Amino acid sequence: MQRKAIFGGRALPYALLLPQLAVTLVFFFWPAGMALYQSVLREDPFGLAAEFVWFENFAEVLSDPGYLQSLRTTAVFAASVTLLSLSAGLFLAVQADKVRRGAGLYRTLLIWPYAVAPAVAAVLWLFLFHPEIGLLGRALNAAGIPWDYRLNGGQAMALVVLAASWKQVSYNFLFFLAGLHAIPASVLEAAAIDGAKPVRRFWTVVFPLLSPTTFFLLVVNLVYAFFDTFGVIHALTRGGPGNATETLIYRVYVDGVDNLDLGGSAAQSVILMAIVVALTAIQFRYIERRVHY
Amino acid sequence: MPEAPAPAPAAASRRSRPPRDWNPIHRVSWRTHLWLLLGVAVFCLPVWITLVGSTHDASTIGRGDVPLLPGAQGPENYRVAWLEGGGRFRTTPAWLMLRNSIVMAVLIAAGKIAISLLSAFAVVFFRFPGRMLAFWMIFVTLMLPVEVRIIPTFQVMVSLGLVNTMAGLTIPLIASATATLLFRQFFLTIPDELVEAAKLDGAGPLRFLRDVVLPLSRTNIAALFVILFLYGWNQYLWPLLVVNDQSLQTVVLGLARMIGNGDSQNEWNTIMATAVLSLLPPVAVVVLMQRWFVRGLTETEK
Repeated sequence: MQRKAIFGGRALPYALLLPQLAVTLVFFFWPAGMALYQSVLREDPFGLAAEFVWFENFAEVLSDPGYLQSLRTTAVFAASVTLLSLSAGLFLAVQADKVRRGAGLYRTLLIWPYAVAPAVAAVLWLFLFHPEIGLLGRALNAAGIPWDYRLNGGQAMALVVLAASWKQVSYNFLFFLAGLHAIPASVLEAAAIDGAKPVRRFWTVVFPLLSPTTFFLLVVNLVYAFFDTFGVIHALTRGGPGNATETLIYRVYVDGVDNLDLGGSAAQSVILMAIVVALTAIQFRYIERRVHY
Repeated sequence: MPEAPAPAPAAASRRSRPPRDWNPIHRVSWRTHLWLLLGVAVFCLPVWITLVGSTHDASTIGRGDVPLLPGAQGPENYRVAWLEGGGRFRTTPAWLMLRNSIVMAVLIAAGKIAISLLSAFAVVFFRFPGRMLAFWMIFVTLMLPVEVRIIPTFQVMVSLGLVNTMAGLTIPLIASATATLLFRQFFLTIPDELVEAAKLDGAGPLRFLRDVVLPLSRTNIAALFVILFLYGWNQYLWPLLVVNDQSLQTVVLGLARMIGNGDSQNEWNTIMATAVLSLLPPVAVVVLMQRWFVRGLTETEK
């Protein structure tokens, strides 16, 4: 899309673009290029010698059972967070959509967790589920269920999923509520006149009409679970116990920062970039399609 | 944090609410309220426990007697957290961490808005060689979040001498494809007549930017500012990489550092007080600026 009326000027547009392009080149393109370059090199940890190794780093990463394990962990984590936060968000939005009096108050009370940083959310849930000082952690132990997320991998995963989903519920709630408001009353009326009961009305009329919102949120939640939850895991479990909660992002960090495996970490970065590109492409294809509805 | 473009739910949210009283027997069941209140309770429970915990002494919490009602230690705990820092290691005091977080979040939000506004203005209101290339270069950054290029970005920071500086903490995060796209979208809706009129009156592009475009963009800027402030405030990985100087510690990271590996001997009361302090600014921004927040969220998606 282009405008008809524009300004003349040769140097000015470049001057206006300069700040953004400078930041983009220095902090995005340069490091991304370095990641590509390092991913085909093998360096010693002190950066004194480097050897060109083609795709050996990739082969090594992809055949490492630890990496494949972390891929599975990420899949379980992302699927759980997405499912939990989408269904809770949808359920609350459907309830809030029925309310007329106090609707604004409910909305305020349900969206504030979005402001909480993932790492702070993790800390808040730790206060609840700590096996010795947490209300629920102690209650579980008292009820005869041995609970210690620091020792049990499954419990650690459940806790990081819960902490990561909590704030995302607010986000999904807000978008589902907007989607519900956009459904014309006449459609619901028609379904009601046809004698459809509320539950049936929801699954046959409302839910299909919400599908664009649901699909959009699905992608956003997956991106969130993949990339924005580093803080939750770093603050709560550090990928442990063992490596039960080590997601792909956490692993890039550990391999690069703690293990100083630059080639391996760069190869992992390149793989992650491919995942982001794929997710972004899906999102854009879907938007294109929506335009033609 | 990867930034994603915003599709249509935005349009939906702006439409006014259709009447729901078409059904003569439409009444809100008590169950609806029950579920909503349950949702609110689940959202508030961890914060309540934290708030209550921050008003007791360390041994009460350390013993595991989880208090459910506020105690008398509140003022003392908050004084210690604010002035001395919490945890056994007396880390950075909360006032300093909060100041760092606020400075960082404001710089990131203002920086993102400023450079995106200028570049979108250039792309929309001028024709020049390389225009589309510039636009695509900005656009592609959507696909390169910090999280996927951790080590090389850190190496760039080292070569530029930006490690352990506020500049290093903020500048790499201020490039934003989302904000540029949003401003571009909005600028395209400014009628051609306004541009022609400005030109007739002899106004140059910068004058037009200042007197026409900026005032028209006020609501967009306010909405973006709220979202980007939260984005900046909630940063975790980037401060972890770039800053290890205690005096530049941000509150989100500082809080996580106090927890350590979750030892029950921690000074939980001051940690909880710090957690409460770290929650207040972003939650206040969302609650007080709710209108802008909802608008910014649905129109930009981060």
